[in-house]
Amino acid sequence: MCLSIPSKVLKIDKETDMATVDTMGVQREASLSLMEQEDIKIGDYVLLHIGFVMNKIDEADALDSIETYKEIIEAMNEEDRQSAILEDDECPKRGA
Amino acid sequence: MGLELKNLYDDFRDGDTIKAYAKIIKEDAKKLKNPINIMEVCGGHTHTIMKYGIPQLLPENIKFIHGPGCPVCIMPKERIDHAYVLSMQKDVILVTLGDMIKVPGSKGSLQDARAKGADVRFVYSPMDCLKIAKENPDKKIIFFAIGFETTTPMTAVLLDTVIKKEIQNIYFHINHVTVPEAMKALVDSGDDDSAKSNIDAFLGPSHVSVISGSKIYEEFPRYYNIPVVVAGFEPVDVMQSISMVVKQFVENRCELEVQYKRLVNYDGNKKAQEMIDKYFQKASVFKWRGIGNIANSGLELREGYKNYDAESVYKDILPLEEIQDHKLCICGDILRGMANPPECTIFGTSCKPTSPIGSCMVSSEGACAAYYKYGNLI
Amino acid sequence: MNTNISLACGNGGEENNELISKVFYKAFKNEILDRGEDAAIIHNGELAFSTDSFTVSPLFFPGANIGKLAICGTCNDLAMMGAKPKYLTCSVIIEEGFETSELEKIVQSMKKELEVNGAIVVSGDTKVVPRGSVDKIFINTTGIGEVLKDGISSNNITEDDLIIVNRDIGCHGATIFVAREGIEMSSSLESDCESLFPQVKALIDAGLKITAMRDATRGGLSAVLNEWSKQSNICIEVQEDKIPISDEVSGICEMLGFEAMTLANEGTFVLAIKKEDADRAIEILKTFTNGARATIIGKVTDSYPKKVILNSSWGTKRFLDTPSGELLPRIC
Repeated sequence: MCLSIPSKVLKIDKETDMATVDTMGVQREASLSLMEQEDIKIGDYVLLHIGFVMNKIDEADALDSIETYKEIIEAMNEEDRQSAILEDDECPKRGA
Repeated sequence: MGLELKNLYDDFRDGDTIKAYAKIIKEDAKKLKNPINIMEVCGGHTHTIMKYGIPQLLPENIKFIHGPGCPVCIMPKERIDHAYVLSMQKDVILVTLGDMIKVPGSKGSLQDARAKGADVRFVYSPMDCLKIAKENPDKKIIFFAIGFETTTPMTAVLLDTVIKKEIQNIYFHINHVTVPEAMKALVDSGDDDSAKSNIDAFLGPSHVSVISGSKIYEEFPRYYNIPVVVAGFEPVDVMQSISMVVKQFVENRCELEVQYKRLVNYDGNKKAQEMIDKYFQKASVFKWRGIGNIANSGLELREGYKNYDAESVYKDILPLEEIQDHKLCICGDILRGMANPPECTIFGTSCKPTSPIGSCMVSSEGACAAYYKYGNLI
Repeated sequence: MNTNISLACGNGGEENNELISKVFYKAFKNEILDRGEDAAIIHNGELAFSTDSFTVSPLFFPGANIGKLAICGTCNDLAMMGAKPKYLTCSVIIEEGFETSELEKIVQSMKKELEVNGAIVVSGDTKVVPRGSVDKIFINTTGIGEVLKDGISSNNITEDDLIIVNRDIGCHGATIFVAREGIEMSSSLESDCESLFPQVKALIDAGLKITAMRDATRGGLSAVLNEWSKQSNICIEVQEDKIPISDEVSGICEMLGFEAMTLANEGTFVLAIKKEDADRAIEILKTFTNGARATIIGKVTDSYPKKVILNSSWGTKRFLDTPSGELLPRIC
């Protein structure tokens, strides 16, 4: 459940229904028995669990999430910038 | 911009994103009418929450209740005793996954059995049993199968392979459980108001839903008025999910939402579901350590496959007595959010990670184990 | 304590410490032993004395073999006390049927490593036992070294010290686990097994104010930091994002649910050094082949005495515990 990790598909062996996947430089074999035949292609990102590919990672959704995170960081930085300017404006020590 | 593997780790662990969500949650939480208790069901979520110090980033009116989502923690003593007894048979090699080896039953743990001469091995994947069986043709390999819906399909594939390749010496002891029934048992107090749980929202186990689809949580917002957000396991996933829960309360919504969009959809992995369905059926009852019997929460092999079922094959030697949990153990209350680990009289004294008594201390994801480890920094 | 010794008792962590203190220290009690250093300082502070047994399996693994390990292990314990390794003993217990050519390879590795340390084997013992009494070969080495810089002790660390690690952590543990469990992976991961005396000598020669050193063997970085915090009665606060971990080790940890900080090392050490000498120490360590990632990882405070705290880069903190249990992959 928890120890499922994102990996990239490097090779597919249709005969044995196995894929070779890479996880941060470590390669290993994983079974494709739980995936439909044509679902997984080389270069896909998949979720690996105890030696099996559990599902394909939806790239569009992943990129969408990452985009959202960039936006909220931007918003936070902008807010911080604004309040820093405000603080500075109201600082009694600031010279005229 | 393309997606790199590194993005799938780093971007969902990014410190600045975590800080940004902490800020958003703090702002939104000011508008909450009442404090909220969020149960993260899954042990993996508990682990993330503790490892990344998430409670330290949340305002006072948002608290966690740590759920029973750890198939190792909830394994009742009776079934560990089965494993113990089976492993002590001379011609048996007992094989299981990871943490299971440390959990004590009434006779001891599988680790203890191994120290006494039993052949106990842990594997990374159920399919590793095939090699062990091949190398030991005169032994019986019993796979002690544990795990939620996430892990069940893999056991099914092993059985499928055993049948197709006509392997004669692999057997199964099935301890797979399903999560929604347990969640229901925690919130369904029936007519007993005093047993009503304090759970206001769930962070839904997501790898379970990768297999079963998010549809399995429908009934919680619908019938129990408890929102569910299906959350990924990285700290950003968890923070975003908490933010989504808070927004639901602020906006007076009660819905099933999926935060973990990149891997979870409504229907799940059909092929995996078919595999499970082919070989397993619901067992009428399964005892969850710390909670008690939960109807329809366990799986067993279908009639046609009972000859692979170690519980049938070895029924003459498997112990049957019910074993009570330690009378001072309050895991049941902790799992319902009615108590916190430090309130337990044996917490940290006779019940510790190296000598666990209750389910919450048994695995590193249990609430008590987490509190013990991270102590007053929570 | 349990009635039977479990495997966890050999883990270098909590159960191991319990076994040592409740059985061995209790019986052998004396001042020198009580100091709990990597090597005993004897003979008026002139000599360092240490022993270690090697039971690693498999015998040959990426980066080293049991022979190299047997020499590095003991010589490093001496070096960690600021001593130059000089004389070693070598005792072997060999299983009947073990291949002579394998034994010769092992002994050649030992010879090579002795040269790196400038040490010689002056005494030994050889036993052969019936098949099944021992797993292929067990080696014990005991060493005597000449103290070059005295006063180095794990009991003397204070808030004037900074904590440094000489390279990326966890390589040995990860390599052995993968090799032993037959988990099939292909990566460039290899053990960090290496003699540390050259690095220690360079630090001593530069006249740096070294307070303590310890190689992070069983129990890893986590065990060392916890031992230090207890022995010196201090709080060690570590910046989590500063701890150097290679991509390969991270990958194994992700896959198998390990924490790199509890994995064993055989060429990685932790250094407690006075603040003013920390940067110079890093410069020196970086001149060595595997030292590119030498880093200052933490400092000493008094916030939670006898505890180790990990500080995250987003403002949260957690305790880093003494490791316990066997190393097992989590499933959930």
